[in-house]
Amino acid sequence: MVAQEQLRVVRCGGSKLNGSRAAFSADAKYLLCATGDFVKVYSTTTEECIHILQGHTNLVTGIQLNPQNHLQLYSCSLDGTIKLWDFTDGILIKTFVVGYKIFAFYCLAGSDDSGFVIIPKNNEEASDSFQLALVRLTKAPGQEVETKELSLILDDIDYSPKCTAFGREGEYVASVRGLHLRVYFFKKKKTHSFPLSARTVKGANNYFTCVACHPKEDCIASGHKDGKIRLWRNFTHKKEYTFSAMHWHHSAVMDLAFTVEGTNLLSGGFESVLVQWRDVSESKKEFLPRLGSTIEHISVSPDGTLCCTSHTENKITIIQSNLRVSAVIQGLVKGSSVKTGLVVDPRTKALVLNGKPGHLQFFCLQSDKQLYSLDIVQQEYINQAGLSQTDLVKAAFSAQGNWLATVEQRQEKESDLELQMKLWVYDEQMQSFKLSTRVNMPHEDHVTALCFRDTDGVEDGIPTLVTAAKDGRFKVWVTVDESDTDKQSVGWICDFVGSYHNYQADNCCFSEDGSLLAVSFEEIVTVWDSETWDLKCTFCHPPGKTWSLCFGRLSCSKYLLGTTDHGFLCCWNLLNCALEWSTQLGVIVLQPDPLSENIAAVSCISEGSDLFVFRPNEPRPLCIQKNVCRGKVQCAVFIPRNVPETVGSEKYQWLSRSQLYFLTETQELMTFSTKSPEMRLTPSSKQLASEESLPMTPFYVLLGKHREQQQLKMDADLGKPVVHSHSTQSSPAVKELLHTPAHVLPSATFLCSIFINSLLISKENKSNGEVANEVEMESEKAEDESDEDIDHTAMEEDPKLTEFWGEMTPKLSKSQEKELRKIRKTDFSWISAL
Amino acid sequence: MGEFEVHRVRFFAFLPSGVRCLARGPALALARLDGALELYGPTASGFQEKAIPGHEARATQALSWAAGGRLFGADLGGDVAEYDLQKLRIKYTVDGFGGPIWSLAADPGGTRLAIGCEDGSVKLFQVLPDKIQFERSLDQQKGRILSLSWHVSGTRIVAGSINHLRVYNVDSGRIVQRIRVERRLLSSHRRECVVWGVAFLSDGTVVSADSAGKVQFWDADKGTLLETHPVSSSAVLSLAVSEEEDSLVVGTSEGAVYQFQLLPVKRGSTESRWVRTKPFQHHTHDVRAVAHSRTALISGGLDAQLVIRPLMEKMHGQGYEAVLRKVTFPHRRLVSCARKARLLLFQFPQHLELWRLGATNAAGRDGEVLPVSRDPEHLLQLKSKGPDHICCSCISPCGGWIAYATASRLHLHRLQLENGSVVAIQRVPKLPKLLCPVYQLLYSADSSRLFVASDQGSVHVVQLLEPGGCKHLQTLCSPSGTAEAVQLLAVSADGDWLAATSSDWAINIYSLQQFKHHCTVPAYNCPVTAIAINPATNHLVIAHSDQQLFEFSIPEREYTAWSRGVQQHGLHKDWLERDTPIAHIAFNPRQPTQLLLHDTHMLCILDKSLPLPDDNTPLNNQAFLKQLSVKARRGHAHAFKICKKYQPLLFMDLLDEDCLVVVERPLTDIQAQLPPPVQQKKFGT
Repeated sequence: MVAQEQLRVVRCGGSKLNGSRAAFSADAKYLLCATGDFVKVYSTTTEECIHILQGHTNLVTGIQLNPQNHLQLYSCSLDGTIKLWDFTDGILIKTFVVGYKIFAFYCLAGSDDSGFVIIPKNNEEASDSFQLALVRLTKAPGQEVETKELSLILDDIDYSPKCTAFGREGEYVASVRGLHLRVYFFKKKKTHSFPLSARTVKGANNYFTCVACHPKEDCIASGHKDGKIRLWRNFTHKKEYTFSAMHWHHSAVMDLAFTVEGTNLLSGGFESVLVQWRDVSESKKEFLPRLGSTIEHISVSPDGTLCCTSHTENKITIIQSNLRVSAVIQGLVKGSSVKTGLVVDPRTKALVLNGKPGHLQFFCLQSDKQLYSLDIVQQEYINQAGLSQTDLVKAAFSAQGNWLATVEQRQEKESDLELQMKLWVYDEQMQSFKLSTRVNMPHEDHVTALCFRDTDGVEDGIPTLVTAAKDGRFKVWVTVDESDTDKQSVGWICDFVGSYHNYQADNCCFSEDGSLLAVSFEEIVTVWDSETWDLKCTFCHPPGKTWSLCFGRLSCSKYLLGTTDHGFLCCWNLLNCALEWSTQLGVIVLQPDPLSENIAAVSCISEGSDLFVFRPNEPRPLCIQKNVCRGKVQCAVFIPRNVPETVGSEKYQWLSRSQLYFLTETQELMTFSTKSPEMRLTPSSKQLASEESLPMTPFYVLLGKHREQQQLKMDADLGKPVVHSHSTQSSPAVKELLHTPAHVLPSATFLCSIFINSLLISKENKSNGEVANEVEMESEKAEDESDEDIDHTAMEEDPKLTEFWGEMTPKLSKSQEKELRKIRKTDFSWISAL
Repeated sequence: MGEFEVHRVRFFAFLPSGVRCLARGPALALARLDGALELYGPTASGFQEKAIPGHEARATQALSWAAGGRLFGADLGGDVAEYDLQKLRIKYTVDGFGGPIWSLAADPGGTRLAIGCEDGSVKLFQVLPDKIQFERSLDQQKGRILSLSWHVSGTRIVAGSINHLRVYNVDSGRIVQRIRVERRLLSSHRRECVVWGVAFLSDGTVVSADSAGKVQFWDADKGTLLETHPVSSSAVLSLAVSEEEDSLVVGTSEGAVYQFQLLPVKRGSTESRWVRTKPFQHHTHDVRAVAHSRTALISGGLDAQLVIRPLMEKMHGQGYEAVLRKVTFPHRRLVSCARKARLLLFQFPQHLELWRLGATNAAGRDGEVLPVSRDPEHLLQLKSKGPDHICCSCISPCGGWIAYATASRLHLHRLQLENGSVVAIQRVPKLPKLLCPVYQLLYSADSSRLFVASDQGSVHVVQLLEPGGCKHLQTLCSPSGTAEAVQLLAVSADGDWLAATSSDWAINIYSLQQFKHHCTVPAYNCPVTAIAINPATNHLVIAHSDQQLFEFSIPEREYTAWSRGVQQHGLHKDWLERDTPIAHIAFNPRQPTQLLLHDTHMLCILDKSLPLPDDNTPLNNQAFLKQLSVKARRGHAHAFKICKKYQPLLFMDLLDEDCLVVVERPLTDIQAQLPPPVQQKKFGT
């Protein structure tokens, strides 16, 4: 297995949560949400992700609970399949292969063997017209069923799932597109079309945006571009239909949803206000304002207690029926551009980048969760087109994470630039950053770079910050003690201003020990002594301005590396002040690993980006990975791992201590991994979450009691319950046996020997050291091989087994044990193949 | 199109009076705030067929049709009046003895009238063939009765009062149900809640509209509230239910009109619910009156507009009937023009104004505004005597005679002019008594005779004598012996022929040489809106309210060939869908084939020599023609040449060969005179 190790580019979380309507489980305990190629199951109370349902090979476009069995979930994807899941256990039950790109899937309570899909006409890629078709979900046995049998219901509809809705008891389906509402009646097999006029009197814009059907009455609600909501009634008559309009939203209504009984209507849009129209009447409306950003989708739970809104800032807000926010599931906020680049918070090892407008988000990649969002600009964000807002453009952390420096700017016209630098100190008590110093206009022009000096190796240890700007200066900022008699405080002042022939300062960088500062001025790189701020030497590699600059680390600290806009990557030796080597690669991103000598460079010559990992002192790169993504890589960062990972291949050793993340042009966060996709997702935190949020079924109560009694008994009998319970739970064979779904297990006779063998081990554990070692190795291997089914819970453990174990083991003779050991050595790696 | 020097007159400060109430019956009756009554035809043409001028002391609050097409009105003076719809006057009044009357309703059979009075009493009157007679008074309560509605059985009446709804048993005269109408749950209880409108539906549901802006549905038997629909933040002032009782309409003080419909909750289920469906905002001020016909919603407001909004779902296709109509100005002539003296006489409800037109000595090109060398001058204001409003007026072409009439008498004045200014005005005494009542006045072209339109289809011819006297010459009587009054008159330029139209739409032509009936124009079942006799050919041109045009040759006693051609070809679709009737017809003396027509929104020159347009070519093509070369223009030209520059147009006439006078009354000027509307928050302001 080690030999097959391969470097792959993988998407690493931070995918869109707001791509489609989320779904609630029947008891509103879980929120199901399609993100990228997966479906995630969240707990509505703890906001934790419990399961990830993976199996689709393309974007999941829609999910819906199975109306026949509320523990099952249908999901549809652009890969042309509909999958049925058991979402409480995270098991794929069935796959229906349709063979068309599926943009939406609907399933009705009345008909258990059919569903409705929105597919492109003629199955063309670029096709602009879509159709609603009936698909038979056959009950045929087998994991994968082909369902090519499609019958057309409505033609020329909008692809968005929001533009089609099924009415009361599945009697009709309403679909909107452009200026037309069409209603198809299944019983009469007739379509009624209701047009609206295209006239735009008084700013009216009658284009439809979404539609929803009343669950109990013949009433269709439609949202429009100008913010109107129309309620259509009497549409069973072709001519005498009527509608009433409700108008509160000032821009397009993004989504509409009726509550379960149809008493209320929920609507949302750009205003980021959830409006609840009580009794579906205009005069009785309630608002939930300040939800952060545009509401894109609204869904309600089947039991009516919760509803949730998906927002553009990759967030799902779970709202109680009394319009109070109960939980927020926040994904990675993806703005229009990441101006700060990717930064690592040394304290939490979280990825830090632009979040909401004016905010800095701390995103934990391990748990795929936002840790928190730090308000940097501290101004109200005004939702208005054409207004120039204050932008957060730079952020940097000191080596220990004690200090955070941010630069924000606002430029209305060419001439007036507003700049502000803020320095934040980490407050241990608050566990958050606190504003320490605010510097208005630190430079005359745009700040191009800022970096902290690593103060570990320096005796005086004064935190030092250097900023470089387009006004041709770099400034050194140091802390001063501004303590009053009663209050301790630290402020920052400018200590030194350096310039070089009034060239624009583009980059700045401290050496690892903090003794040298490199600042690039257009074509020239200058090196300064950080003690005296004297210019030591200059380097130049004409032609071309320097794009990025970094010092080598550890054994390579004598090297300074820089890239120019002509694509040269240069390496200078600081000892003899000479160019060591240079190469033309078209490097656009240069990123050193803080924990090793390795430096990652991403070049983009033609379409795709290529990755090179090298050490400055070695002529050959460690690793070359061609075509990591389409288009240019925007920025990259090494994030240190919490636990060093064992990487078999020498070639990928650079991945063992830290992981390289990069952001593509399409704002997708990617990383490199050598593991197969099944093995990647094993965060331990999920296990805890799932155990907490497991429902208290009667079965669980019964078993739990039983086991408790068992343990008490063991306590009394043996006095070493910890060891016992540990060994039983950690035994991989038992684990696998117990946690693999019954329908995929081989016959019991086949499993018996393995099972008994595994039970024996713990006994050996105590008596025989040699065997224990063997077992450990085996268990490790088994752990490696174990698939993603990590949802081990004590609940499923059969108490009878422990009982069995307690009685059986002492009775075995030596010869029997030998026999069993032999059996144990038989290969059971087939389990992993399952 | 022909070029004219246009006098654009905007100094006619006419202010139409607000609409107070509407009543649907054989015709749509409308009462204005000044007490005037107007009758609109049963067809949705929106043409004012008959009008009864107002009265200083009469403020009609409610109208109701009773059996036999009889119309009753109740006013704040405390009288119930019956209108004579043939003689266009009040037949008689009966005192209600309950103080001002706020509401009036006839029972479903039309044999009894109920009135709601200021003192809180509901009184019943029996409708007898020639009068009404007090029958009984129902239980008297505190608070004025503002609205009344009968149950279809005729045994119960619901009355809306202040803070209360009451249901009366007609037989016993007792209150059987008393419902308190709350203002708002949260607001103070001290402010009263006025129930402005009630309706008793046949299933026992009572609908109320109140000053808190709510429309509520009540169960009359149990006295319980069924549904509440908050409609407006201010008051709901009026309420009307359709005949099928599946739709109702309310008007609010914000000028909005809302329709409610009774819709089934589910297809196939019997459960149905009242749902507010369509809002219409055609008015700027209070909508005091609404009516619900089978195919249209009708609303009238304080801004003096009557709006007929057809319900598209009840219409069968597009067409003449399916057009929104707004009636702002009366369809009677309020301006008369002395062509030779260049004077304009404006008729107001209680006075007349005489103005001299301005003049210019400059000449200019098409579309240019000429400098005025002499300003228009207000010469004379003539106040009428008595409480009655003026019903018609006229100035002679020479400007020497002014005649006007009220409901009770005719006044004739001799005017002496010198250098265009009035030197003396003298009333002509001792007018013959038989001339009354007067419905229309007209002078002959040489100002020697005055024609007085009177009742029973008769026209009196009066010889005017110098210096300020008159003599009754002859009375021309309709040969059919109609009871209707004469509405429109037209005299030929040579003084030989007189055409007269009566309310029954018959057009009679009399020879003035022999004072004899000459012929009758074949009957057409639509009201006539304007008639005129062509001076060159003595052809009578007739415009009907359905926008049809006819030309009738008087000497030949038959329709002309052009008229037959028009009927065969059919008029343009856009012409037929115009929403205001032709108000006046004039002739271009230079081009005998050209007719000048106008309605409120356009001025049209109809050239009979050019081909008629078909439905595919645009009717209004003047702007398009201007871009073409002279040669190409000829190919695209058609008979209708329309100018929409002057709006809204009250009057247009030809002074001489190349001089036109138009009288405009901009709507913004009228709105400026009205009280400010209810403040409404507008988004983004």
